[in-house]
Amino acid sequence: MTALIESIVTSLVDHPEDIVVTETEEESKIVYHLSVNPDDVGKVIGKNGRIAKAIRTVVYAAKTNSNKRVYLDIM
Amino acid sequence: MREITASGQTVEEAVQSALEQLNTTRDQVEIDVIDEGKKGLLGVFGSKRAFVKVSTVKNQIEETEKYLQQIIKQMHIDATIFTKVEENHVTYDVQGDNIALLIGKRGQTLNALQYLLHLVINKEGKQYYTVTLDAEGYRGRRKETLESLALKMADKAIRMNKKVALEPMPAFERKIIHSVLQANEEVSTYSDGKEPHRHIVIQP
Repeated sequence: MTALIESIVTSLVDHPEDIVVTETEEESKIVYHLSVNPDDVGKVIGKNGRIAKAIRTVVYAAKTNSNKRVYLDIM
Repeated sequence: MREITASGQTVEEAVQSALEQLNTTRDQVEIDVIDEGKKGLLGVFGSKRAFVKVSTVKNQIEETEKYLQQIIKQMHIDATIFTKVEENHVTYDVQGDNIALLIGKRGQTLNALQYLLHLVINKEGKQYYTVTLDAEGYRGRRKETLESLALKMADKAIRMNKKVALEPMPAFERKIIHSVLQANEEVSTYSDGKEPHRHIVIQP
């Protein structure tokens, strides 16, 4: 899952080396936290959050092994 | 992107030398002629060498296909991508098992991924492309559904003599409905609301 988020974002940003995805497991959900280079924030959020929404849609569609809810936190 | 300047007796020779140095082929590069050079008298006196600037461009279409391939793989979907290019419009058709997962409810996952592909393909490079992502003929089926929906809703609007608003749709789906009802003189259509909630209204 972390790899999926990384590969989606890598091609969108100018500084792929600064992408950090961390995973935190909570009681009922798994939270993935994505952070990118400050210059690239706009490139993963987009106008009115359009890119962020698209990334989330794709990530949530991916199947996970556990049946916990997946949540993607950006920045 | 890599860029070098090379010289040769003629433009052609200069380009060849640049391609050798970059270890690539002509269809992968962009060529800028700086100086065409001069043959000179008897090829000896007053001859000037030709200079060209050659830069490698990433093949936008191939790179984007790889990007899509990787995402699909990491979503654990086993599928093959068929790429079709018509001028500046690229269609990626995905076929395989478990495709429903990739399409999502009302195609929302497919549309989201299509938007990401659009961003990636146009990120670098000069050529502007539009992208369609299709999965197992979903776009074709959806088009038929939308066309029959349009006709049904137009009938409803005429019967009740009232405006009928449809649910929000992306621009390319609204276009299908607009064009179906364009020929119909009893109704007119327009889009209302702001993206992503923009929707069609059919007016008798």
